[in-house]
Amino acid sequence: MIKSADVVVIGAGSIGCAAAYNLARLGYKKIAVLEKGYICRGSTGRCAAGIRQQWGTKMNCLISRYSIRQFEVMNEMLEYDGDVEFRQNGYLMVTYSEKEAAMLKENLKLHNELGIPVQFLSVDDVKEIVPHINSERIVASTICMEDGQANPFKVTDAYYRAAKRLGVEFYTYTEVTDFKTKGQRIEAVVTDKGEIATNLVVNATGPYAKFISQMLGHDLPVEPERHQIVVTEPLEPFLGPLLMNFYHNTYCQQVVNGSILTGYGNPEEPKGVNYNCSWQFIEELAEKIVEQLPVMRDANIIRHWSGHYGISPDGQPVLGTVPGLEGYYLALGCGKGFMLSPMIGELVAQCVAGQETTLPIDILNVERFAKGELIVEPAVV
Amino acid sequence: MNIVSDKTIICRCEDLSVEEIREWIEQGYEDIEELKRAARIGMGACQGRTCRRHLINELARATGKKPAQIVPPTFRPPTMPLKFGSVTGGGSDD
Repeated sequence: MIKSADVVVIGAGSIGCAAAYNLARLGYKKIAVLEKGYICRGSTGRCAAGIRQQWGTKMNCLISRYSIRQFEVMNEMLEYDGDVEFRQNGYLMVTYSEKEAAMLKENLKLHNELGIPVQFLSVDDVKEIVPHINSERIVASTICMEDGQANPFKVTDAYYRAAKRLGVEFYTYTEVTDFKTKGQRIEAVVTDKGEIATNLVVNATGPYAKFISQMLGHDLPVEPERHQIVVTEPLEPFLGPLLMNFYHNTYCQQVVNGSILTGYGNPEEPKGVNYNCSWQFIEELAEKIVEQLPVMRDANIIRHWSGHYGISPDGQPVLGTVPGLEGYYLALGCGKGFMLSPMIGELVAQCVAGQETTLPIDILNVERFAKGELIVEPAVV
Repeated sequence: MNIVSDKTIICRCEDLSVEEIREWIEQGYEDIEELKRAARIGMGACQGRTCRRHLINELARATGKKPAQIVPPTFRPPTMPLKFGSVTGGGSDD
């Protein structure tokens, strides 16, 4: 293990790898990425692979909009010899009540302002786009055909390889256990495999970010929350866009190999790290999915797993510096890290380098929680 | 007698041959969890029941470790493929 580094990035998910790649592009020579498991072990590798711009806050919309521009050219941008499987099949948002419909209409105004091509759909339009849908209870729906999906493993692999070519060193199965500080300044990162002297640290550990912050005496209000998901056997293509339903709190999408990835957010889920899978989840999910897509009755679930969102108090990312700690940067997508990873990687690298950021990120500084300046994201599943 | 050729299919669900898996290992994917994600081995309907043992042997050979030293992947539910309709009320299996 190297003895010292210009920057240490903690976490080798999509954001950690994207941050390391962008730091290397900005000219940092000695960059070390520390990962307590294998590449993509955490939230990136467990996520639902969806990529959307249909959010309810300006920053979520903008970061995702800029990220999609990068996903569109990612194979070339990162000179990847594989395919990150970015597909723009759209996100179809469905509501069953007037209240949820009002939220969609509110979001639509924002999307129009920002030039995000979102359309309001009639029930007949919805049936045309997804012929298998049960449209009985639909009150309102929107679609954005620029939204879609990418393969989280491949995206991370593409950033990982590109970063390695630029000289970034990756240390897997290496867990950060402590820091050495002098006053407000970071002096070294301590791991179970040794110590690396550095003054710059990027925390890209998603739901674990809080525990890293704790080692520095920083109280970060981003809590891990378990989300469960299942995948089916590959099926003939029958579902174009990702189907998101705000009544059921579900998402359902067919990925490139034909499998359906689907899950729902449980509002009762307690905070904390928990990788168990519950049988209740399968039963409840089955009811919710079969109600929307009766044809799914005959689909075989082949795998069920858990991952975590890092839940921030307003559902927006947490980016940039931490007051009172010099050289410590947060790079957290907070429940949408994978889809925002291209831009979060870029923005945080610019922030570390003291450059002007592509998008204004001050509003996403962790300070906002202490000041109570929250702009809450309403469109979360 | 060696009955395994380069073209022998090691993972039937994802249609991967011994040769392909050796190429992935050569590229540096020496961890079953990583191989699973990169090559999709063991991600099919059988959940690795056929390929896991062969893959462990291939990894052992490539890394000089004993098969027992190769860490198997996480075992995930359900044990057998499960139809959505079999756990909903009023489904086709009622």
